[in-house]
Amino acid sequence: MSNLVETPHSDAEPLGERSKMASVSEVVTLYAICLFVALALAAVLVEFASDKGSWTTVYTVILDGAVRKPGRWGLTLGIAAPILLVGLGTIVSGRAGLVNIGQEGQLVIGAGVATYVGTRIGGPGPLALVVMLACGVVGGALWAGIAGALRFWRSVPEVLTTLLMGAIAANLVGWGLRNRFLLLAPPEGRANRNQVSESLATDRRIPRVEIFGNEFPLSIVLGIALAIIVWLVLGRTVVGFRLRMLGRNVRTAHRSGVNEKRYGIGAMLVSGGFAGLAGGVMLAGGDFGDYQLVANFGAGIGFAGLLAALVARQRALLLVFIAFLFAGLRTGSGFLRATGVSARIADVVQGTLVLAMLLPPAILYMRARRRVIAATSART
Amino acid sequence: MGNFLSALADIFSNESLYRNAMIVAVVLLFAASGELVAEKAGTINISLEAMMLAGAYAAAVGQGRFGVWGGLLMAAAAGLVVSAVQANMSHRLAADQFVVGLVLNVLVLGIVGFLVGSNEPASHVVDRLKVPVLSDIPLVGPALFDQPWVLYLIYPVVPAIWFLLYRTRWGLEVRAIGEDPNASDVSGLSVNKLRRQTIYLTGMLCGVAGGYFLYARSGRFEDSLIGGRGYIAIAAVIFGGWTLKGSVAGCLIFGLVGSFVLTIPSLGYQAIDPAFLAMAPSVVTIAAMTIFAKRVRQPAALARPFIRGLK
Repeated sequence: MSNLVETPHSDAEPLGERSKMASVSEVVTLYAICLFVALALAAVLVEFASDKGSWTTVYTVILDGAVRKPGRWGLTLGIAAPILLVGLGTIVSGRAGLVNIGQEGQLVIGAGVATYVGTRIGGPGPLALVVMLACGVVGGALWAGIAGALRFWRSVPEVLTTLLMGAIAANLVGWGLRNRFLLLAPPEGRANRNQVSESLATDRRIPRVEIFGNEFPLSIVLGIALAIIVWLVLGRTVVGFRLRMLGRNVRTAHRSGVNEKRYGIGAMLVSGGFAGLAGGVMLAGGDFGDYQLVANFGAGIGFAGLLAALVARQRALLLVFIAFLFAGLRTGSGFLRATGVSARIADVVQGTLVLAMLLPPAILYMRARRRVIAATSART
Repeated sequence: MGNFLSALADIFSNESLYRNAMIVAVVLLFAASGELVAEKAGTINISLEAMMLAGAYAAAVGQGRFGVWGGLLMAAAAGLVVSAVQANMSHRLAADQFVVGLVLNVLVLGIVGFLVGSNEPASHVVDRLKVPVLSDIPLVGPALFDQPWVLYLIYPVVPAIWFLLYRTRWGLEVRAIGEDPNASDVSGLSVNKLRRQTIYLTGMLCGVAGGYFLYARSGRFEDSLIGGRGYIAIAAVIFGGWTLKGSVAGCLIFGLVGSFVLTIPSLGYQAIDPAFLAMAPSVVTIAAMTIFAKRVRQPAALARPFIRGLK
């Protein structure tokens, strides 16, 4: 009878038959809960730890400072540009299975090289700007490339080298800012002992446009264009496919002829290059000081970009929005000073948000695994 | 040349060099001995910075209310809270351990900065305690035995970590899951549970490290107190080739390098920019990793999450 055909499944729920609606609503609810908890945690911190304001005022003020008040969303766009660029680099290395966490250092090196070139070379303004940004890219790329080279030739974990190289970069640029022959501005026109570089000449700055009273540099356009390019290259080309294969399964990639060294080091170079470009863009864009290099120039933008890429789950187009969100938290927190609440609450919100965004995929993954294990163990 | 040598001799015969070096080395030692256990179990735990900062803040708050011992207990508890997030997210939910650690570093810095901005805790340095006889040893005597008394807490901790790792069943299990989690799992060990336990231990030790550093160094809490020393502690463990001896040596060397920054200018020498001393631990560690990477064997499952049924 029908016993001739063995039914492969027991009463454990078959994998394919879970309705799509149910799983989508599951995902959405999970994300919503996590988001809510993250914002609530920050709100609780404001309520109980500070007597200066309630959480409602804090969130309204951040929203005002980020987008609602005149001229603010332009500023947010200007801040979002480097975050986006750093994040794009992180996506490229992340897709190749490499963990680059030294973007802050690569960014600072990029900014340092760009400053050095931008204040020294002659030539027409726009050309000099392009050359300067390109040198920033090369600086950042080489800085990350060291970590990549050590990873593939000496099998030194790239996580640790990028992390440590970040500390080295900050000190190196700090040293450059103390020396006249490197980055320090000439003594005239600079307050004594003030460690800053020369300002860029006006024709070497990224042009700024104004729409509805909001002024922002064109670097955000460049960032969005590059986001589309990264999305296309990773998703639609052979190079991108090989890179993703390397990230998913090294052995498979190896057997199908992907040169691990070349693609891995290449991914690191691109990743560092994006961070270096972000440094150059911060310098020439104008939303970070007076077009000059200062101490602690990175200002946590490298980390913000890294976190943004993580929240975007390595999707280039989604990253555009996340970068804007993170930039908004920064510009919004600038308005908090008036209320007396410490602006550091923006860092807290950003941190809890990232942690909350890490949870749902992890939970979903563990659940899916548990279902698979239940199904297989019920079968045997 | 003779000038240079006499300057060198001058610097190295200075007692305060060793005293400062020891103060920094001990904070690294607390953190690194915890990190060593975590790495032996297969986790590169980069949230040391967050754990230490949380510990330092808790110690600053606790000192006013419960005294120094209470402050240290609170510091350990604060480190434990941070480590609970790290452990459960990376070894229960299998989120990426580096990502979680990095986010925690940023998050705790934000929380602590926010709390300090709202109300600053009052805290102060603890007294020096001079151990008779031993502190009269020339050169290193005062560094080891004439220090704020909280520093002496490290002396039992390091041997205890050795005993725990190499002479107990728990230590054997920890080392086993760091080498081959699948085999350990089959032999009945709960890999992720053990890994979480090692991170809890790291958290408590790092919390104490933060509290100790507050009491021994500045006495006044600032959010820049730890200032990257968590990363240097990780570097020390790697520099030491994942052995306790090596890690201790790494901490002492990096502590000494750190104290050059203070000592050289105070003796009137202007030879070297402080930036190069500040980057020295990172450079040395990268160089050591590059040279020894293929000879020193790291725990085989280092930084690989364990999910049953997946290789």
